[in-house]
Amino acid sequence: MVTMADLAVDIQNLTFSYTEDAGVHFAGLNLQIPKGERFGIFGPNGAGKTTLMSLMTGLISAESGSIKLLGQPIGIKKDKEVNKLFGFVPQDFSFYQELSPAENLEFFGAWAGLTKKQTNQRTTELLEVLGLQDVRNQSVEKFSGGMKRRVNLAIGVIHNPAILILDEPTVGVDVQTRHAIIDYLHKINDAGTTLVYTSHQLGEAEDLCNEVALIDDGQIIAQGDLDGLMEKYGQPTLEGLFLNLTGKQYRD
Amino acid sequence: MYKLKATIIKDIRILLRDKVGIALMFIMPIILVVIVTSIQNSTFQLVNKNRIAMMVCNRDTGKLSTQLIQSIDKIGMFKMISIPKTEAEEAIKNRMRGKDALLAIVIPADYTQKITAKAKNVSGKALNSFGLNGDTVNKKISVNPLTMYFQPILQQSYRFSINGALRSALQIVESRETLRQLYFAINEKPLPEALEKDLLNNQTNINEVPVSISGGTIMPNASQHNVPAWTIFAMFFIIISLGGSVVREKLSGSFIRLKTLPTDFMVALISKQITYLGVTLLQAVVIFSMGIWLFPLIGLPALNLPSDYLALLVVTLVCGWCAVSYAICMGVYAHTQEQANGFGAVSIVILAAIGGLLVPSFAMPDGFKTVAVLSPLHWSIEAYYSLFLEGGKLKDVIPNLLPLLGITVLIQLAAYIGLKKKNLI
Repeated sequence: MVTMADLAVDIQNLTFSYTEDAGVHFAGLNLQIPKGERFGIFGPNGAGKTTLMSLMTGLISAESGSIKLLGQPIGIKKDKEVNKLFGFVPQDFSFYQELSPAENLEFFGAWAGLTKKQTNQRTTELLEVLGLQDVRNQSVEKFSGGMKRRVNLAIGVIHNPAILILDEPTVGVDVQTRHAIIDYLHKINDAGTTLVYTSHQLGEAEDLCNEVALIDDGQIIAQGDLDGLMEKYGQPTLEGLFLNLTGKQYRD
Repeated sequence: MYKLKATIIKDIRILLRDKVGIALMFIMPIILVVIVTSIQNSTFQLVNKNRIAMMVCNRDTGKLSTQLIQSIDKIGMFKMISIPKTEAEEAIKNRMRGKDALLAIVIPADYTQKITAKAKNVSGKALNSFGLNGDTVNKKISVNPLTMYFQPILQQSYRFSINGALRSALQIVESRETLRQLYFAINEKPLPEALEKDLLNNQTNINEVPVSISGGTIMPNASQHNVPAWTIFAMFFIIISLGGSVVREKLSGSFIRLKTLPTDFMVALISKQITYLGVTLLQAVVIFSMGIWLFPLIGLPALNLPSDYLALLVVTLVCGWCAVSYAICMGVYAHTQEQANGFGAVSIVILAAIGGLLVPSFAMPDGFKTVAVLSPLHWSIEAYYSLFLEGGKLKDVIPNLLPLLGITVLIQLAAYIGLKKKNLI
């Protein structure tokens, strides 16, 4: 039995719709993600994955219902203390391309609430682990897509968050970089970080996630541990499970 | 405080790597201020030192046309180039088209004859009015006009000045001849040269006194007018760098990431304002320094700084803050960097025009004078002129700074609403 104290993410009766585009909406969505999970959220294009992540990170506000991260409501308080609890790795390269990885981390570290000393320490650690030490002082705009993805990830984890929310963190990278990123995510999960992840790379998701939720039209159509779901629906892979539950027709 | 410091360092690093932006913020205004001041200074000198080339075709053979040419030469505005008296009208025009001179005058063949006749007529009238018997009274004398050809590039204001100068020379010749005729009619001998000089040269001079707030009498020059004006222009032109920077941050998703971090977004806005306010101050220091030290070396009048340095600093800070606010606001509402740069640059030129930077406000039509108060550049230039030209103090520029601050607050509010609407804060 999972108690409230064991939950990393607790979404209750979430209602949301875009005023100019009523296509994506949630009507009374409930989702609980226990601490320490590697939780994958999957669905076809337009299903509401990115919208759900935006709601979880406070980028947009729900019309009703609540979202709590480690028991603290997101997007309510103005002091943004709850934002220290999570890190966010957006799908886009959300950093300053004119700056070097070290300069980006120095800035985002300060914004994440670290001291100068803590920032410097984490910068050295992360650049080493993610293979960016040799280019730490070079401008990011000259980097390959894979290197930029690693910078994007490093910024998301600079403050060692308890929850890491990742929106397609490996899109457009080569196999080596993908493996490096997934290995790193396993490593921080082992250290206690809860991962909330979405991707269209379902093979990669099988390697990473131990629990998944499939959403379509703003509703969770299946949720559970990956192996159990595949067994329940008689599908040998996550991709098979995905197609079985969401169909093969185009969604955009 | 560490967050703000780190953000300012980030903004400075990005700024320093924006080579095009730096060029536009510093090099462009420097070039502009040197060129415009040189041009305006040369137009001052056009009247005072440099002479306008003027061809003179004297078809008259009498002495009065020679005296007219001497009078025109004495004005000092023109470099006289004589052309043959037989030169046809079309040939003169061809010389003009060949850029031989900006101006040409043709003195009619009967100039001396007609002016002499007119002078006799006027002196006769005068004698009659004295109760003496005068000749040639009531004859209608029609003097053929002096023809002035000019290059169309010669602006209307210069033509007015030239026209006035030529009229003055014509008046001198006519008056002198009338005096001579009158004297001869009364005394039957020529007007003595000494008396003629006394009668004609005893002109009252014009004593030009600039009425300044401080009571000082330093004569304004092209540098005093242009350096403050183009400094304001430069400050507002940071829109190219800052507006573009805001758009880039929006498009790159950096704003989104910042919003998810446990720091108030106001830190980012304050940092941008501090960083770019520093840039505007630096622009002012660089451009003023050029005016003070470089201008005399290249033959331009030196810039004299106002005596109230505190007022100068306050005005520069408020102008800079307004410029920064405007750039941020443009960046918030623009969808692309091209929009921010294009609309931003054009809007600054428009605001400069209606604000009185390109044409003085007093010379504008009434409608434009009303609109001018909406331009922050108008209040900026008024404040600077109060200090640089009128010798004003801090209390004298407050009436200009208050509207400027009001406009700045409105721009900040518009930027805040834009950020809210776009869900960026």
